[in-house]
Amino acid sequence: MGTKPTRSVCGAALLGLIASVASGQSSTVDEIAKYRAALQDGNPAELWEARGEALWKDRRGPRQVALSQCDLGLGPGVVKGAYARLPAYFADADRVMDLETRLVWCMVTLQGYTDADAKKQPFGNGSERKSDIEALVAFVTAASRGVPMNVALDHPKAIEMYRVGEKIFYYRGGPHDFGCVTCHADDGKRIRLQDLPNLTTREGARAAYTAWPAYRVSQGELRTFQWRLYDCFRQQRFPELVFGSDASIALTLYLARNANGGIFDAPAIKR
Amino acid sequence: MKRGLASCVAVVALAGGACVTAPTEDEVAAKASAMLKASFKANGQAGLDRLEQDDTQRVCSAFAGKTPRGDVALRIERANLASIRYPADGVLLGDWKNGEKIAQEGRGKQFSDDPSGPVGANCYACHQLAPQELSYGTIGPSLYQFGKLRGYGAEVQRYAYGKIYNADAYVACSSMPRFGYHGILSEQQIKDVTALLMDPASPVNR
Repeated sequence: MGTKPTRSVCGAALLGLIASVASGQSSTVDEIAKYRAALQDGNPAELWEARGEALWKDRRGPRQVALSQCDLGLGPGVVKGAYARLPAYFADADRVMDLETRLVWCMVTLQGYTDADAKKQPFGNGSERKSDIEALVAFVTAASRGVPMNVALDHPKAIEMYRVGEKIFYYRGGPHDFGCVTCHADDGKRIRLQDLPNLTTREGARAAYTAWPAYRVSQGELRTFQWRLYDCFRQQRFPELVFGSDASIALTLYLARNANGGIFDAPAIKR
Repeated sequence: MKRGLASCVAVVALAGGACVTAPTEDEVAAKASAMLKASFKANGQAGLDRLEQDDTQRVCSAFAGKTPRGDVALRIERANLASIRYPADGVLLGDWKNGEKIAQEGRGKQFSDDPSGPVGANCYACHQLAPQELSYGTIGPSLYQFGKLRGYGAEVQRYAYGKIYNADAYVACSSMPRFGYHGILSEQQIKDVTALLMDPASPVNR
């Protein structure tokens, strides 16, 4: 921070300047790393997990039934390891679904909610209006912690969604010409001081995908992968990504499949 | 992709059907385009028209992060070069102090931004510029000492202004937004950012 610009261009002064800028930068990065390490000590995501567990087990909705008969892909009521296999093709719905859309499906078909009611608060607002979906996602994803990602392309519709998801990843548009590719297709890049994962490599996709959902300290909310994509597109200057839309599922499938073999380790905590 | 196609063959073989040809890249791209249009909603200043690609966006998307070369690159660069409008008064350098503010400003054009609020260039998100700012990104090259290294002459000024106006005029499928072409920045704002790069008194060149 204390670097003073100098008019001198003699070799020694220039080298000194470069060295001090570099050390200022690396000490900033070190401090951020320390801050991130400190965050790991106690994750409020547990509060969302506990509320999600209650939402999963309680009799709710017009039909007053629990979600414990909801089939997340491994059979009715099986939560352990389910998230590591999503998104997946579901024969009963005849479409590919991610966790959030599958939860909505179960709230509608089992509990009798309308689709609109089930989707009315997909994201919490940072204060009193909490999202049931975010809590349920926290509960279900926590039950895949330590499980390797294992997303199958075992149906023509899943194969097609994966290929479309890849196209969406590279789709550049809007007033800034941005696409996912702009920030997430190279190794070792930063936006400001924030490291950016290269989502086109196995290592990058694994590291990034297995760390969502996450409790965001800056927002006081647990954020799902649907939220992550919604907010990426906002920053891309695109219009608003519709919760549970096909494009959101296709892109999630593309990223989740690329993360196969990575050990799932979320809900995480992030700045 | 290879694994995806292999499992297609396996599924169809299990189902006992004849394997149909997989959709071509163009067909998948058309599906993606249609799916995007059905998956977004207009919000504030961000309308669905933002999903419509111009020729450059469409070609660059198909290159999937790779840089086009040869005739394709030339065609994109020529079309974008032709879009650049230089100031009628011939003055390319504005106020570098305003340029620094514009380079720091990250707001603008998001549906969450006030449409009557500031629109910045957010240069520091991707570039190093003034050495006092340590929080800079690395998606683009360092621009520290931009003018000092290249010289402060009229040709370099013209290049810097043009690059900010439309980066694809010089490198097809650049990651950098086309700030003038899309009307993100006003002519005065582009002059100010050009001054940040090219004024000998700018901290970028000190």
